[in-house]
Amino acid sequence: MKSLISSPYTHGDSSLQQVMLQVVFALIPAIGIHFWFFGWGIITNILLATLFCLGFEAIVMWLRRRPIQTTLFDGSALVTAVLLAITIPPLSPWWLILVGSLAAIVFAKQIYGGLGFNPFNPAMIGFVVLLISFPKEMTQWVAPIANGEQGIGLMQSLQIVFGSTGLDALTGATPLDALKTGIRMGGEVSGVMAATPIYGQFAGFGWESVNLAILAGGLWMLWRKTIRWHVPVAMLGSLAAISTLFYLIDPSRYADPIFHLLGGGAILGAFFIATDPVSGATSTKGRIIFGIGIGLFTYIIRSWGGYPDGVAFGILLMNMAAPMIDYYTQPKVFGQKG
Amino acid sequence: MNSVNRKLWKYNGGLHLEDHKTCSNQMESRELPMPKRLTIPMQQHIGEAAHPIVKVGDKVLKGEMIAESSARVSAPIHAPTSGTIVEIAPMPMPHPAALDAVTIILESDGLDQWCELHPIENYRHVSSDELRDRIRDAGIVGLGGAGFPSYIKLDPGQHFAIETLILNGAECEPYITCDDRLMRERPEAILDGARIMRHALHAKRCIIAIEDNKPEAFAALERAQSQSGQADIELVLVPTLYPTGGERQLIKVLTGKEVPSQGRTLDIGIISHNVTTAATIADAVIDGIPLINRMITVTGESITTPQNIRAPIGAPIEALLDFAGRENGVETQLVMGGPMMGISLNSASLPVIKTSNCFMLQPKQPTVPESPCIRCGECAVVCPAELLPQQLYWHSRAREFEKVQDYNLFDCIECGCCSYVCPSNIPLVHYYRFAKTEVWAQEREKEAANIARMRHEHRQARQEKAELEKQERMRKKKAALKDKEKGGTDDAAKKAAIKAAMDRAKAKREANQNPEAAAPTDVPSQEAAATETQPATIPESTSKSES
Ligand code: SF4
Ligand code: SF4
Repeated sequence: MKSLISSPYTHGDSSLQQVMLQVVFALIPAIGIHFWFFGWGIITNILLATLFCLGFEAIVMWLRRRPIQTTLFDGSALVTAVLLAITIPPLSPWWLILVGSLAAIVFAKQIYGGLGFNPFNPAMIGFVVLLISFPKEMTQWVAPIANGEQGIGLMQSLQIVFGSTGLDALTGATPLDALKTGIRMGGEVSGVMAATPIYGQFAGFGWESVNLAILAGGLWMLWRKTIRWHVPVAMLGSLAAISTLFYLIDPSRYADPIFHLLGGGAILGAFFIATDPVSGATSTKGRIIFGIGIGLFTYIIRSWGGYPDGVAFGILLMNMAAPMIDYYTQPKVFGQKG
Repeated sequence: MNSVNRKLWKYNGGLHLEDHKTCSNQMESRELPMPKRLTIPMQQHIGEAAHPIVKVGDKVLKGEMIAESSARVSAPIHAPTSGTIVEIAPMPMPHPAALDAVTIILESDGLDQWCELHPIENYRHVSSDELRDRIRDAGIVGLGGAGFPSYIKLDPGQHFAIETLILNGAECEPYITCDDRLMRERPEAILDGARIMRHALHAKRCIIAIEDNKPEAFAALERAQSQSGQADIELVLVPTLYPTGGERQLIKVLTGKEVPSQGRTLDIGIISHNVTTAATIADAVIDGIPLINRMITVTGESITTPQNIRAPIGAPIEALLDFAGRENGVETQLVMGGPMMGISLNSASLPVIKTSNCFMLQPKQPTVPESPCIRCGECAVVCPAELLPQQLYWHSRAREFEKVQDYNLFDCIECGCCSYVCPSNIPLVHYYRFAKTEVWAQEREKEAANIARMRHEHRQARQEKAELEKQERMRKKKAALKDKEKGGTDDAAKKAAIKAAMDRAKAKREANQNPEAAAPTDVPSQEAAATETQPATIPESTSKSES
């Protein structure tokens, strides 16, 4: 197989590394806004996650006696690191990030044979492992910095990350979390929102801005054809549809669709995680089914499940279904349609 | 008749490639000075190799047949100039697997003296059969790169009515411009060829399709048609998109019909030929000139003046490269055909063959390592055959040849679109060629094993029969002796014994006629279908070994 050179002798300008780097670039605006609202937490998260993820990748490559360089710089571990860093609470302690990176790179990716062979999205596995193992740490989110207020400084941030200062005083709940707790305690959607200061104009102060920046990055990737539209549109569409339906049935118990789209991880999930080709469906029809499934699971888990956000579980559940979806949505080949 | 507002269809996928055509299509084509030695392989087409009908030392004239074959799928070969046969031996030829073929070496006498030619005065007064014989005897094969004997594609048989004859002037591969140049320089010959083929096929209509990046070629054909005073051929501009020149893709674009998977164009009443083939057919019929030279694009970054050259079959490739000028100093790679579907050649001393449409000389590219497939699906998006290239790759790699066939491996036209877009830089087509070759090899092995078993069993049956007959003879002799002694007769019993023995042998023989062994597998036909799209493939030359 090796020595025979064979056509084509020309290649388009896309490369694996480029695809992966584009995903990271598309997240830069969101990271900036995150930094603006929540301070250093996102930066420490990303740096540590990158360090750990690349570190684990290199170690495994070395153990498997594979070329370390090409794999390390293909950008896939970097994407996993950044996505994991964005999904966990800012200013996460170092050991939390270490455990998350271990789960993502070693267990979710390399044990299955590395890039291309992982049935689940590595960052989501990392996130879910942490969510289940360390529920307390995973729900302590730094409260957004209100106008005129002084955020947590760099030094203090480092002290928190490396464990010499507690975080408790500084944290608040995420919008979805607060809403869920509020409704569970008997409140109505509008009441809970009015009573809790973290809600901005529509879906949570700070959060909606970050989500809009993520959306912008996602649209840029669509424009660059880094990703295709099917999964994000199907996922957000189905989420919007089902949340509108329930909102119309009982607006006092169910949040409105805008809140569902912008209040949690739906945008990030739709554009950056569910579009991970390795763990998703590949055919066009398959991708639409895959996206719809994630949207529905997200809503079900958010509304009636035990966790505030359902995007990660929705994606992992549909990852499981992806091979089957692909099997049943094989396109008809040229000349076999008639 | 030309239709600007004609309805056209689309096929799935395809690529907008930089066409790199203007570097070679601006210049009038030039004639290569006759080389001193011509190296003429006997396998320049799909099918059986031709057999030399000349001996070393023979003098031949230009246009004289020097090799022929009685096989249906084959083509005779003619002397491109006058001279002496100096050698006949197996030699390397331009082929993806760098195979050898029996080759005739002709030393030119410098006179370029024609043999007697037999023009057909008015092809309209001649039967289809006679036209086909002429085209066959002229050694004409698909000149777009396929190399399938053209006369067969002009013989639809009793059961097929041909609705449309399509002349393919799409020339969708980047860099190649030989069809373009020929359409500009000899549009009349192409129109004549079209009319001859239409006449032979009794086709209801004829379309010449040209990609819209060749407006000059279109205009030239238009002019020629109006000068001819006939408006019987429809000239159609089709959008430039790789691989619109693929037979199935072009048919889809022009008619909206899809050739059935693993079927033939004939099944939907369509026949298509390349435009250069058409011009060559016109020469063969109207002037009696066999296929002895062709237009070839010589291009690439390492060629000083990319251009089209008319060169005799058998000319060394390096003569063409030098004629166009080579940039020196860089390590280069030589490709026959275009960058998407061509084959790389490891020597420039190989000869021009009938299917050589282009020689491309490029600086050697560093090989980029292959990364794992990330299932991004880009390959499926661009695949004109609507396959799932990533699945084909997966199963080819795992050597799961049944599965690859389930994913319709044999519908792959090897256009290379999937490899071109793959971000992981996987040489996908290479894996498919590998899988196809493996499947053919397995089929052949199975067949060979069946034949061997059959032979073995036949021999056993024969030996047993012989043994029985021998015993019978012995017994008869003994009995006869005894009879003489005794004078008694038990003729009836003897006859019965012989008959019983014969019956046993016969029963055994019949049992050995294994029905499986007799039924042909369907793969060889796929093989032929697939090879139509590819200059040459590894298996044909070995398939003879069993027969
Ligand atoms: S383009 Fe390459 S990486 Fe993408 S699915 Fe196809 S084979 Fe895999
Ligand atoms: S080479 Fe085969 S699989 Fe690849 S795009 Fe072309 S037809 Fe499809």
